[in-house]
Amino acid sequence: MSVQTAMDEAQVDQAQADRASTDQAGTGRHDPAYNFAYLDEQTKRMIRRALLKALAIPGYQVPFASREMPMPYGWGTGGVQVTAACLEPDDVLKVIDQGADDTTNAVSIRKFFQRTAGVAVTEATGEASLIQTRHRIPETPLTEGQILVYQVPIPEPLRFLEPRETETRKMHALEEYGLMHVKLYEDIAHNGAISTAYAYPVKVEGRYVMDPSPIPKFDNPRLESPAIQLFGAGREQRIYALPPYCRVESLDFEDHPFEASKADHDCDLCGCGDSYLDEVIVDDEGGRMFVCSDTDFCATRRALGHAGRLSGEALA
Amino acid sequence: MTPLLQVDGLTKRYGARLGCGDVSFDLYPGEVMGIVGESGSGKSTLLSCLAGHLAPDAGRVVFDTRAEGARDVLTMSEPERRMLGRTDWAFVHQHARDGLRMGVSAGANVGERLMAVGARHYGDIREQAVDWLGRVEIPADRVDDRPRAFSGGMQQRLQIARNLVTGPRLVFMDEPTGGLDVSVQARLLDLLRGLVREMGLSAIIVTHDLAVVRLLADRLMVMKDGRVVEAGLTDQVLDDPQHGYTQLLVSSVLLV
Amino acid sequence: MYVAVKGGERAIDAAHEWLAHERRGDRAVPELSVAQIREQMSLAVNRVMAEGSLYDPDLAALAIKQARGDLIEAVFLLRAYRTTLPRIGTSRPVDTGTMRCDRRVSATFKDAPGGQVLGPTFDYTHRLLDFKLAAEGEVPQPPSGTPDTTPKPHITGFLGRDDLIQDEPASDEVPPDLTREPLEFPAGRALRLQALTRGDEGFVLGMAYSTQRGYGRNHAFVGELRIGTVEVEMEIPELGFDICIGEVVLTECETVNQFKGSKVEPPQFTRGYGLVFGQTERKAISMALVDRALRAEELGEENTGAPAQDEEFVLAHSDNIQATGFLEHIKLPHYVDFQSEMELVRRMRREAAAQGDVVAGQKEAAE
Repeated sequence: MSVQTAMDEAQVDQAQADRASTDQAGTGRHDPAYNFAYLDEQTKRMIRRALLKALAIPGYQVPFASREMPMPYGWGTGGVQVTAACLEPDDVLKVIDQGADDTTNAVSIRKFFQRTAGVAVTEATGEASLIQTRHRIPETPLTEGQILVYQVPIPEPLRFLEPRETETRKMHALEEYGLMHVKLYEDIAHNGAISTAYAYPVKVEGRYVMDPSPIPKFDNPRLESPAIQLFGAGREQRIYALPPYCRVESLDFEDHPFEASKADHDCDLCGCGDSYLDEVIVDDEGGRMFVCSDTDFCATRRALGHAGRLSGEALA
Repeated sequence: MTPLLQVDGLTKRYGARLGCGDVSFDLYPGEVMGIVGESGSGKSTLLSCLAGHLAPDAGRVVFDTRAEGARDVLTMSEPERRMLGRTDWAFVHQHARDGLRMGVSAGANVGERLMAVGARHYGDIREQAVDWLGRVEIPADRVDDRPRAFSGGMQQRLQIARNLVTGPRLVFMDEPTGGLDVSVQARLLDLLRGLVREMGLSAIIVTHDLAVVRLLADRLMVMKDGRVVEAGLTDQVLDDPQHGYTQLLVSSVLLV
Repeated sequence: MYVAVKGGERAIDAAHEWLAHERRGDRAVPELSVAQIREQMSLAVNRVMAEGSLYDPDLAALAIKQARGDLIEAVFLLRAYRTTLPRIGTSRPVDTGTMRCDRRVSATFKDAPGGQVLGPTFDYTHRLLDFKLAAEGEVPQPPSGTPDTTPKPHITGFLGRDDLIQDEPASDEVPPDLTREPLEFPAGRALRLQALTRGDEGFVLGMAYSTQRGYGRNHAFVGELRIGTVEVEMEIPELGFDICIGEVVLTECETVNQFKGSKVEPPQFTRGYGLVFGQTERKAISMALVDRALRAEELGEENTGAPAQDEEFVLAHSDNIQATGFLEHIKLPHYVDFQSEMELVRRMRREAAAQGDVVAGQKEAAE
């Protein structure tokens, strides 16, 4: 059972309200030099068509004419374009990178949409109508009506087994995924375990093998979700999607089943025992602490009075 | 008895040049057909057309499928043909590196076909791989080695194991002993003969080496300039060749 | 200490301030104007326009100034700006036969109608540092003589008249647009040429060079290289005819390459083609060589596995904005993935150690 569900809802609301200083209401005005959410309407329509197709064929990579964005390829241009195509003026946007709202690239993308779309922003997972993420799925369970947008560097799960796009598209079309298991077999034969720790491949609705973007495999079980999940790869010009409640299985062997592992610690700040943790080196002697990678989740718990091993110390 | 494979009027042209012309024959279950001829005679073109690697210009290749009986392979959809290629059919290339994944272990090479048809138990896959390595005389402790580290003969035996692990009903072989030392050839031929008998395999073997067909093939087709010039039981054709070209082939072997 | 890990808005703002300061450099030195860059760094401006796929010398010069002279960064600025521009219409194909050439040379003929025109080239300069340029106030003499602006016929036209070179039939087909449709393989020649003309100069040069050294060799001669100004025309539906909307400087290179033929077809030379914005002849020649290498399959040549013959390899890696973005993104935090990998390695090491203990224990027990 997740810790979150054990919390009293009203308490959570209060805790989040206490931390509302991070929220900013929408200005309702965007930079007049650009169209709402930067992209022109034609481009947004083109992206929305790709998104609808992607939702209709879960896990299938839909080619789309990715535009040059004012941030570099590889820094979330795919996610930004998907977000831009989905945003409405009354949306509440949350942006995370590595699970944290205050990492540099998350800050940069959030600012971009505040400026070009004038939407409200929040750090509270539950408050957001649209969340753009890089490398994590929030700990707080998502709900129906929310959209989670992933930034994807390499959308093709077969890419490092077969570099040729013409070949991999054929392999998907013909459902020839034997090679994927050859890789997992080799992992076990040489290392005794499947040695993929992130971007762990999944099979969607029993049909397409999909790269869930470089989330840690700890997050894989949460790919089955009531929320809409959209994946954008700008440089590689691909969009794919998981509709709500879509079946998502992590590839494995019967006798080497998939395992969603994490550091064997509790969070040193909030004491949570089943959240994904960052390991932080705290001194020259290699002293470490473990803290939730999901900063909103951790702060909400602390506001509710949960405490970890080091929460008494003056850390912040 | 229904033929396993019926070939009818198979023709392939390369521009003005004939690859193979109007080739017809039947292959029955458990039968091994040899196709001989010198290089450029069209035997490899014929094999490629039969195996679906090359699209012929005319003709039919009808295979007796398990599920639906006789089907023309050439009109099958690409997924159907590929499925056939990893279940009922097998293809042994002349150069092992064309038929193996050189970058993954011997075990994975053998296991790939199993995984491609849905095997998902690591222990079982590995057990079968080790068993097959044994059957082609590769020591079990080489299971995690990559084929690069193998000798030419071992690579070829690994390719055979990789092909036979799913129990195919029809095996295509393109000069399976070509490029190997004579002593290695003999051992491989011996092994192949044992496997063909034991598994009751049907096979089509293309070779320029009459010793190979004498040892393995029940029947023989002799090709020259894209056409079949003589066909019959192997012993009959080799001992009493009728066509001038066959006579030349046989005598040139005897001269050696 | 924990705070230090988290970047935050303040850090970004401070970095931007510092960047602006560094861009300006020493305040005692006068600031560069955009016009100075446009006029005196024109080859850099040309490269930025070519790879930025936007013909606007002023904007390109501004981008170079803003990018502190980092040309790929400048290309990036131009491309991002280009995304926001509405597409009003499409020009007619430009006719390079009507070009007012500043430079026009052929390596395949000693002379030809229209003549050899060297133009403003580095070719025969001695690469000696000119210390006079370090002294200020030097104004070179304007070129003597009047430029010859009469149109010059294409050299390959002479070869075509005798069927000595393979014909490229004109087509009214609307070419695909790399910036409006996703790149899919196999890509036709029109799409390949688009990708090459905006591809990174260094990458295209390297690919072209590799063909000369045997990786997909195609024996190229520069049939003709011309640089000059052409008019851009657009059909105005309301008017029903074409009008000139401006002029652009282009570099065009046509190579004459190894012949092909067979018993039925008499041998003919083949072509490679390069066309690039601005005076950018290294890029145009490179483009022609790579274009020709990528035609190997179409011309029935053996694929030798050379990188320059591999359409997917060349097209997927030629764009420097894609390349630099993805390359540099590895500076972004990846600690979540690294953590997951570290846990896995630790666990596998623990299991290996435990197994080692078991083996050691068994050994001891056996002894």
